[in-house]
Amino acid sequence: MTLKHQLILDNLTAGYRDKTILKNINIDISPGQITSIIGANACGKSTLLRTMSRLLTPYKGQVLLDGKSIHNAPTRQLAQTLGLLPQSPIAPEGITVGDLVSRGRHPHHGLMSRWSKTDDEAVAKALETTKTTELLDREVDELSGGQRQRVWIAMALAQETDILLLDEPTTFLDVAHQIEVLDLLVELNQSRGTTIVLVLHDLNLASRYSDQLIAMQQGQIFASGTPELVVTEDIIHTVFGLHSHIISDPISGAPMVLPIGRHKRVTSP
Amino acid sequence: MIRTRFRKGPVTRPIALVILFVILIALCFSSIAIGTRNVSWQEILGALQGQMNTMGEAAVTMRLPRTVLAVVAGSALGLSGALMQSVTRNPLADPGILGVNIGAAFFVVIGLAWFGINQLQSYVWLAILGAGITAIFVYFISSLGLGRPTPLKFALAGAATSAALSSFTVAVVLPRNDIAGGANSWQMGGVGGATFDSIQLVLPFLLIGFLMSAVVAKKLNSLALGDDVAAGLGENVAWTRGIAWLSAVLLCGATTAICGPIGFVGLVIPHLCRLLVGVDNRWLLVFSALGGACLLLIADITGRIISRPSELSVGVVTAFIGAPFFIWIVRRQRVKEL
Repeated sequence: MTLKHQLILDNLTAGYRDKTILKNINIDISPGQITSIIGANACGKSTLLRTMSRLLTPYKGQVLLDGKSIHNAPTRQLAQTLGLLPQSPIAPEGITVGDLVSRGRHPHHGLMSRWSKTDDEAVAKALETTKTTELLDREVDELSGGQRQRVWIAMALAQETDILLLDEPTTFLDVAHQIEVLDLLVELNQSRGTTIVLVLHDLNLASRYSDQLIAMQQGQIFASGTPELVVTEDIIHTVFGLHSHIISDPISGAPMVLPIGRHKRVTSP
Repeated sequence: MIRTRFRKGPVTRPIALVILFVILIALCFSSIAIGTRNVSWQEILGALQGQMNTMGEAAVTMRLPRTVLAVVAGSALGLSGALMQSVTRNPLADPGILGVNIGAAFFVVIGLAWFGINQLQSYVWLAILGAGITAIFVYFISSLGLGRPTPLKFALAGAATSAALSSFTVAVVLPRNDIAGGANSWQMGGVGGATFDSIQLVLPFLLIGFLMSAVVAKKLNSLALGDDVAAGLGENVAWTRGIAWLSAVLLCGATTAICGPIGFVGLVIPHLCRLLVGVDNRWLLVFSALGGACLLLIADITGRIISRPSELSVGVVTAFIGAPFFIWIVRRQRVKEL
């Protein structure tokens, strides 16, 4: 087992143009674990992930990978350690699954280097892990939403990075496909020890599938730690402005949020 | 083998490449043989060996540079179109539609009209400058407003720019009887006036353009997956895009300098090639270059045949082939981002 890579966010302030979104973010991403970023809409979840994956350069502070700032590192070298799947990526028209997944090997190639056996193995393994081997010759356009998402994850897997960042990998998927994608990430985490950071909308799935949670509020980290620590009635109220009742998820044992709205209640408040 | 299975296109690409190459050779030969004057085999062979004893041999000798130019210009335009489509992820991108060769033409016409420039050497620089400025201008306009430049913004900015530049060009040429003839025939777009000297002049620019496109071909494959994914795959998106643009501008600007603006080659050819060999840019760029050469040869030969004993400019012929094709692309249901 290789030494796990350390990803540290050091006093980050970032945003778009003159609008500051993230303020003074400090956090260590736990190596070899699954970390989910949760929070209300527009709280800066995606911005945090984008900064972490060097798509966005921070105004202040830095993202350190093994002690070196990622915003100064050679980008191809970095791409061998840090993989990234943005929210709803678009495949070029007519591209086949095999071709798309193969393009994940890009960072392992220089200008002249040729496709090798290692590349073949990485692609084959990525297809196998995501159960998309039989889709190999199909065009990405004609796949279902769930299949397409698995193919994109396969592309990110073919990159063979120790850290994988995913921005809402379950958006636009029905519940069965959401579970399928999350199960896949857990298997990846367990079999390869991949450090996974993802933005997730669904609190209960985040709680069930993550080792660590980062709860964000208005561009700052409000709470972080294990789901047991973060998913409490107080924190959920502060972060989402939502009253809730927390029970233990009968399936996984993780904390589970039962939202309390104004209507449809058996007992009156 | 697994390897071929992972990366295959709709047809076996090496075979298609050989076939296309054979077609190109055949077309080159036809271009030398077919014309207003009928020539015999002996005369063709004689001319190829440098003889110029008969009228036929002289005619063939005249056709040699235009054939070479059609190949060079066609491949440059086809490649330029493929690059532009890849960079903008826009199926409608083409040196013509984005206004780049009109921009090149505009600068050359201004040089002709106002600065009395009539040296081809200066044309080349003017055309490349014009193509470059127009490309930057179109890029700048399309990145105005909210969000990043979308394919639609690109096409709109390009269409508006090329419409404006065409009318400016007309406005510059109209009151000038002395240059109108030359400017108009040049603006028609043709390879008829080619000489080896003029080809030699633009060749360095084209070679640099071809080289740069070879460097970015692989990188464009990542860019095709979107800027974010490309960055995640370790690609320097701005850099790659810049080199590809520069290469496209060089190719199209230098071609426009000697041929005048020739439209539609850069639009039609990459689309046909994409249907043939798929979306891998390393193959697509090569096929687009070869295909562009073939199309321009066909257009030039057709122009010589259909209006015997005079000739129709390739620019006119490609427009006849290109316009219906353009409508076909727009009407295709699956037109979306590349």
